[in-house]
Amino acid sequence: MSDKETRKKSNEEQGRGPGTMAAAHGKIRLDKNSVKLFGRLMGFMKGRELGLFVTALALMIVTALVSVRSSTFTGTIIDDYIKPLVGTADPDFAPLLRAIMFMGGLYLLSIIVNFFYNRILVNVSNSVLKKIRITLFKHMQKLPIKYFDARPYGDIMSIYTNDVDNIRELMSNSIPNVVSSLLTVVTIFFAMIKISVALTGVVLATVVVMYVITIFLGGASAKYFSLRQKSLGRMNAYAEELLNGIKVVKVFCHEEQAKAGFDVRNEDLFRKTAKANRLANALMPIMVNIGNLQYVVLAMVGGAMAVNGTAGITLGKLAAFLLLSRNFTRPVSMISQQINTVVMALAGAGRVFELIDEAPEVDEGKVTLVKEDGKYFWKSPDGTLTELKGDIRMHKVDFSYTGDKLVLEDIDLFAKPGQKIAFVGSTGAGKTTITNLINRFYDVADGGVTYDGININDIKKDDLRRSLGMVLQETNLFTGTIADNIRFGKPDATDEEVIAAAKLANAHDFIEKLPEGYETVINGTGSQLSQGQCQLLSIARCAVADPPVMILDEATSSVDTRTEVLIQRGMDALMHGRTTFVIAHRLSTVMNSNAIIVLEHGKIIERGDHDDLLAQKGKYYQLYTGKTE
Amino acid sequence: MIKRLAKCIREYKVFTVLSPIMVVAEVVLSVLIPLYMADLIDKGIDVGNMDVVRSIGFKLLILAILSMVFGVLGGIFASTGAAGFASNVRRDMYYNIQKFSFSNVDRFTTAGLVTRMTRDITQVQMCYMMLTRMLFRAPTSVVFALVAAFRINSRLPLVFICVLPVLAVGLFLIMKFAFPLFEKVFSLFDKMNTVVQENVRGIRVVKTFVRENEEINKFDSVSTEVRDTSVKAERIVVANAPLMTFCMYACMLLISWIGAKMCVNSSMTTGQLMSMFSYVMQILMSLMMSSMLILMLTMSKAAAKRIIEVLDAETDIAQPESPVTEIKDGSIVFDDVDFAYGSAKPCIKDASFTIKSGQTVGIIGGTGSGKTSLVQLIPRLYDVKEGSVSVGGTDVRELDLETLRKSVAMVLQKNVLFEGTVAGNMRWGNENATDEQIIEALKTAQAWEFVSKLPEGLEAPVEQGGNNFSGGQRQRLCIARALLTQPKIIIFDDSTSAVDTATERAIREGLKTTMPECTKMIIAQRISSVKDADMIIVLDNGRISGIGTHDELMAGNTIYQEVYDSQTKGGDFDER
Repeated sequence: MSDKETRKKSNEEQGRGPGTMAAAHGKIRLDKNSVKLFGRLMGFMKGRELGLFVTALALMIVTALVSVRSSTFTGTIIDDYIKPLVGTADPDFAPLLRAIMFMGGLYLLSIIVNFFYNRILVNVSNSVLKKIRITLFKHMQKLPIKYFDARPYGDIMSIYTNDVDNIRELMSNSIPNVVSSLLTVVTIFFAMIKISVALTGVVLATVVVMYVITIFLGGASAKYFSLRQKSLGRMNAYAEELLNGIKVVKVFCHEEQAKAGFDVRNEDLFRKTAKANRLANALMPIMVNIGNLQYVVLAMVGGAMAVNGTAGITLGKLAAFLLLSRNFTRPVSMISQQINTVVMALAGAGRVFELIDEAPEVDEGKVTLVKEDGKYFWKSPDGTLTELKGDIRMHKVDFSYTGDKLVLEDIDLFAKPGQKIAFVGSTGAGKTTITNLINRFYDVADGGVTYDGININDIKKDDLRRSLGMVLQETNLFTGTIADNIRFGKPDATDEEVIAAAKLANAHDFIEKLPEGYETVINGTGSQLSQGQCQLLSIARCAVADPPVMILDEATSSVDTRTEVLIQRGMDALMHGRTTFVIAHRLSTVMNSNAIIVLEHGKIIERGDHDDLLAQKGKYYQLYTGKTE
Repeated sequence: MIKRLAKCIREYKVFTVLSPIMVVAEVVLSVLIPLYMADLIDKGIDVGNMDVVRSIGFKLLILAILSMVFGVLGGIFASTGAAGFASNVRRDMYYNIQKFSFSNVDRFTTAGLVTRMTRDITQVQMCYMMLTRMLFRAPTSVVFALVAAFRINSRLPLVFICVLPVLAVGLFLIMKFAFPLFEKVFSLFDKMNTVVQENVRGIRVVKTFVRENEEINKFDSVSTEVRDTSVKAERIVVANAPLMTFCMYACMLLISWIGAKMCVNSSMTTGQLMSMFSYVMQILMSLMMSSMLILMLTMSKAAAKRIIEVLDAETDIAQPESPVTEIKDGSIVFDDVDFAYGSAKPCIKDASFTIKSGQTVGIIGGTGSGKTSLVQLIPRLYDVKEGSVSVGGTDVRELDLETLRKSVAMVLQKNVLFEGTVAGNMRWGNENATDEQIIEALKTAQAWEFVSKLPEGLEAPVEQGGNNFSGGQRQRLCIARALLTQPKIIIFDDSTSAVDTATERAIREGLKTTMPECTKMIIAQRISSVKDADMIIVLDNGRISGIGTHDELMAGNTIYQEVYDSQTKGGDFDER
């Protein structure tokens, strides 16, 4: 249980979902680490994508330049082309027309370029996202079971949904926005300086004000967003717990209390959300109107300058400058709007890379599994073949999940080829842990476990696992047809093999009764099937794989005893000649084992066959007869 | 759809109304600004009158400040309104779920309900906030800018009217082609998430069968599909930007050409032409915003639909019109009952039997034989399809639901403890239970022996799902919780499967002495659990294959005999 506690705690500390990094700092900060993360994200662009991305950036420069040219255009057209014509008797519109045609050409170019770079960006961002996803998924397949055991499913899922979503927002929205905004800002800045240095000074002053406000408001809102995130987490956890237990709520008529508990959390979430959004919402109107204020100030200052003829400001130049200044503040406030998204995306990227940087399962095994003439052999690197017999031994094995508390202590056991070995013992006695060591979900020191005399750490992991069939209490079916689910054990199984396996597991009868038989689509939780039926399917899945050694961990716990008797015949046929490890709390399942091992607190306290153990009158006897001696 | 959700606004109507008002005020002001700008240039700068420049400039300053104030207020109102709206929707959903029958819950699945209450609501909340802020902004902005433009010149803005249809048709086409694609993208996302989720949950199975590569291929194909469809959808949407720029630039060019001629023949001033340009920009920006808004709306449409499904789901187990609020005793009568989940094949057929108050009844049957379905009809968790179920002589459909459920305690197969303390969980059964009563119930359920050993005793913490207790301990706690309701009927749905036989026997004996009046129904897989019952019902494939005492069934029921033979005298394992 201790790992569960730590897991829970870390989950609370981290908070879940987006905005966590901003939350941790309490204010918006883009430090060295963010730059590194960003660099790594960009590293996903390689070859063609990188080329396309650079092309898109280059094209963006074109549109930025055109848009700057366009904002001076109105000024020039008034000053240079219209004003001279005003009052003339026979105005010559030809120069004006030429100017307009020229601009029209530029505009057309800009529109075409705009169209293309947007399409390119769509391609690039989606390809990169796909790359990120597939990298994540591929790497995840290599991670040890420890990784999955130490995290709630929800946390891992949220990397694929929330975190990648935020990166997607960054890729397809923020980056193009910020880049084109920056380009516009820079080009307009030079255009403004060209017209008037003094007026540009006024503009810069407002930019400073805007920056300060963004940092201040953005920081405050980030703080509230993190509070909101926590509150949301509490609300979700409560809703999830109560909804999962809704049947209990109803059986106890506990609806009113369930509502009251919910209301408290809902109210809290409302307050936090309202506050967080309030600050974020205030940002835009403030920015826009600072732009407006600046406009007025510029008009007054510039107007005075124009009237007095200071610094060569003319009406036309002032008009151009005013337009430029509007176009200048708009991208600046655009950038300030993007900061939150960038911070969230980088927080997401942090979690993505955390998974990618997680150390994969170590596999130094060189011994491989080969099948010749229907028999399995272990093939060592020097080419010698050892026949797979299923002789599994554990020698003085100690094991701990956390490093301090021993879960298994001094375990010695052997399974001779073809034997059925059963483990019994209470929850937490270490039954499942033993099987976790045999298939190397967790590792022990060299020599601890041997398989046909070979140290299992020397066997290639995939091959070791191929030689071990497992049926677990948690059935974990996959969305797809019944046949697909059985075929999971052997992808190339024929229909006949699938049906034979189902018959062996006594699943054939109920499958036949389903609306579409073997082609019936079930979902991952198998909610259309009873728990017992799911277990039958999972037995069939193992049977079709035809593994030389089997591990059955509470494989029939939800199957009724009468059906179990029916499966038993099939199972016995399946187990014949194979080494089998069985974990069960129903003693009738394990009675006919060659050896029954009774575990308590990680130690073996009794061993022997059914009759031996009854004769010992120890724990097993007590359990079997329900009597305390 | 909007109407249904709007019902949830309630007390936040003020904010929802105020926010657009503020926004409209802000927009009006920001439209006035360029108007005064024109004056400032024409009447002030052109004629070199600094007094006019100052007085108009001053007005402009005030307008900008007011516009900021309105803008900020609008944002604040919008966020409060949206958060309030979301909290109301969430509460309405949750309250309605509390009314759900079991079959409602089955239909939505608990996971489905959770996502609806969390992700979907967040999405709708964002959309709502955008709506209150933007819905009025864009149209008002367009209208006012147009009015202002017409005031300056009555003919020039007509240019704009010519461009508008192009824009409208373009936008319409974009939406029309993009929407179905986006819908497809969303469903693909669901599919992709399912692959990840099943993989993470079933990682042991994946590794055991060495199926990593197949899983990667599966994920690769769905993520490729996601990429390709997203690219298709987004490519259409990004056409929006060039379309907008095209319209904007076209207007600018036309206006400069026509405007120039007007300026030359003195029907317009250059200052007015300047203002005209800024109105063009304003109008097109607003339209661009509206197009984004429409896109966002459709994206939230799916979420809104899923929420409304929950809001509008009617419980199919309704309180009777004139409910009987008294239950005489714990007798149960099943009269020719047929039952099926939804439209599935019936899973209970022709069930008839009578149980006298205070009897102990065992139910035995194979996997999927309908044991759980049968007993769930007693507290009316589901309704029968045919026939009737009576408790205390009254049809359950005529009984007050709360009275019925308080009289029928049920220990479910998949039982749940809630985060809190042991005592807190126990009081679910009876809010006003004293510590003594709780201890009494714990003793009967054979749970006191381990609870008393906990350092905090009754106040010992319970983790979510009761994970800090073993399976057998959880089951005993759940039994104690049910006992505290002091029911007339108590049903154990395979709820001692993780408890060893000796303890189970002690529980049964405890029940007999502490609650002799109470009817006890025990679903079990072990013959030993029901052997001493007054009556045992054997179910097979939804039909009653035999009713009788242990000895009678041993003599005449083959299924019962088979079950018996399959068990002989095996015990179960649990920690002691």
